[in-house]
Amino acid sequence: MRPGDPSFAVVPEQGSGSAGLRLFGLVYKEALQIIRDPSSIAIAFVLPIILLLLFGYGVSLDAKHVPLGLVVESPSPKTSDFAAALSHSEYFQIDRLSDRRLAVAAMLSGRINGIIVLRSDFARKLYSASGAPIQAIINGTDANTARIISGYVQGAWQTWLIHYGLDHGHSISAPVSVDQRMWFNPDIRSRNFLIPGLIAIIMTLIGTLLTALVVAREWERGTMEALLVTPVRIDEILLGKLIPYFVLGMGGMAISTGMAVWVFGVPFRGSVLALITISSLFMLAALGMGLLISTLARSQFVAGQVAIIIAFLPAFILSGFIFDIASMPAAVQFLTHVIPARYFVAALQSLFLAGTLWQVLFSNSIALAIMALVFLGVTRMRTRKALE
Amino acid sequence: MWRRIWALIIKEFFAIWNDKRSRAVIIVPPLIQLMVFGYAATFDVSHVATAIYNEDRGVAASKLVARFAGSPAFHVVYHLDAQRQIAQKIDSRAVSLVIHIGPTFTRDLLTGRPATIQAIVDGRESNTALIILGYVNQIVENFDQSWSLQTHQPLPPARLVTRYWFNPNLQSRWFIIPGIVALLSMVVTIVVTALTIAREREVGTFEQLLVTPFSPLEILIGKSLPALAIGVSEGTFIILAAVLWFHVPLRGSVGLLYAGLLLYILAVIGIGLMVSSLARTQQQAMLGAFLFVVPAVILSGFATPIANMPHFIQTITLANPMRYFLVVVRGLFLEDLPAKVVLAQLWPMAVIAVLTLSGASWLFRHRTS
Repeated sequence: MRPGDPSFAVVPEQGSGSAGLRLFGLVYKEALQIIRDPSSIAIAFVLPIILLLLFGYGVSLDAKHVPLGLVVESPSPKTSDFAAALSHSEYFQIDRLSDRRLAVAAMLSGRINGIIVLRSDFARKLYSASGAPIQAIINGTDANTARIISGYVQGAWQTWLIHYGLDHGHSISAPVSVDQRMWFNPDIRSRNFLIPGLIAIIMTLIGTLLTALVVAREWERGTMEALLVTPVRIDEILLGKLIPYFVLGMGGMAISTGMAVWVFGVPFRGSVLALITISSLFMLAALGMGLLISTLARSQFVAGQVAIIIAFLPAFILSGFIFDIASMPAAVQFLTHVIPARYFVAALQSLFLAGTLWQVLFSNSIALAIMALVFLGVTRMRTRKALE
Repeated sequence: MWRRIWALIIKEFFAIWNDKRSRAVIIVPPLIQLMVFGYAATFDVSHVATAIYNEDRGVAASKLVARFAGSPAFHVVYHLDAQRQIAQKIDSRAVSLVIHIGPTFTRDLLTGRPATIQAIVDGRESNTALIILGYVNQIVENFDQSWSLQTHQPLPPARLVTRYWFNPNLQSRWFIIPGIVALLSMVVTIVVTALTIAREREVGTFEQLLVTPFSPLEILIGKSLPALAIGVSEGTFIILAAVLWFHVPLRGSVGLLYAGLLLYILAVIGIGLMVSSLARTQQQAMLGAFLFVVPAVILSGFATPIANMPHFIQTITLANPMRYFLVVVRGLFLEDLPAKVVLAQLWPMAVIAVLTLSGASWLFRHRTS
């Protein structure tokens, strides 16, 4: 470059050969920066490994060995039958308590999640018309866990009923029974649907944060302005930023997918080509969001804060990764449409668990492509404006 | 000494407050997030898109279908008439649940043979799927009861009476919103503190500060108090919104709640300042903050219970201040947690605060560029 030569600043059009060379130069410069500062490589490759290990093992909705208190007010063979049915379930860890007050204290202190009470009239009422009540008191603070525990208690009760019926020579079965089928995840492993979601979150984090901070740094130091006054075109500057981080991000994606399949045993039923396509589109959207944040913020301080607040938290809460989007109020559901992670989570869950379903992939790919175009387009506009 | 610290505090406040954008970052996003997450973060499933494939023309089957159609949990969007449509609707995510009633359903019921319906759920989101299956079982159980009563069949010898304490209607919003107090006050505090020292290091003013007569302790206080004020105001704002806007009951002692909030924010400040003084650049500081916030949120019990985690992860969570504060804030909101139980959560936060704050002030001097 010859910054001293004024003719360079006023001649924007260059031959395509030199444009390619300039772009190569920019990518090369960015790649050198990445290699010299190993923290970027660490973010792209080491971060996904650590996060997936931590979250893959840490995030689970499968409750097992739930601590429950059991209060039997007057023990008899009938009550010990039921107590045995509870104790044999792998879902519970039964703590026998002598009276209700102790049980309530234990629940308040958080030692047990629920109390099962067999009242003193249990054995007598078994033969009455109304039936004997089995009281289940469950700590409802964590509503989701409470519901799961309640389902387990019900299961134990039904098992006991069937055995009770067999022992007394008459079958006690409900008139209608439900044959439950959980498609795509018959073993009900929450890991199988959480890990594809986690990959989407980790990739949001990496893609957005990397570019947000790097470009904001250039603005802060003034090197962005310096670049803008050279004959390099805005598209080339943006591409020069995008390409190296795209490569880094896709590397991280490959590592995450490999870990999901080989470390966590999540099935992968879709096609690899479809995965690469949708991941590329998502990477572009995430990088575009990062570029836009940094262009608007211009300082690392603000860019970093905004990246945490608008990239990570919505990806965690509004992407459908843990919380069901269809159950959210209409206004919030509407808002989820501008979260790239939402489309990526849906596509990944299908690709991993169900297969290459074009109905799902097509709409999500289109959405991600539009978001990438919008983010990159706005970034381009704002970058040009900044020069005026 | 206090006049000097006061000057330092004023300066810190100005550093945050005078920058229009960083001021906006502290005020606007938490507001929006509280509203959005308050409504969005719920485990309650409603209006489940449902398809019904009913092959039976009998009365009992249409009665059962009417129960599904009448329940607010389900929204019947399709009536199917062929087996192959089931896969179509589930695969494309058009519905999350298909209820399949076979052709002999009413006949089986009337002749006392066990009648079965099939409930097919989309397992790509197992948690939602499990909740949906729970609702299906509930509806079928109610149907069974009224059927047994109508046809004078014997009832089971023992019945299960389930009560949910503290949150009788199992509204997960009551669980999530107190959690948001912990989440947002941590995010804002860490963001404010993690960059303070790194920014000054980058500009070079931190070295200047170190050659002034300020002792590390004074610098520590000067850096901590503004962040403490911001974090506690943030927490207070969300607590007020939880009570006044979302109508989450606040049953426990407000004094204990604030004791918890203060210790929690102090612990977070300590971590933020440590990250900030370890970092050479703002970028490293920001990444450090991120590397703390993300695992801290996910491994805190905010969304998934700590009890479900493997033991070694549970051990790691012991160093996470959010874990303790979540117990305090949720317990005091919903359960009127006894003081003894609250104290058991307070002292670990105090230990973390002391360790991280003293670590940070040691690093002020011993890590110079």
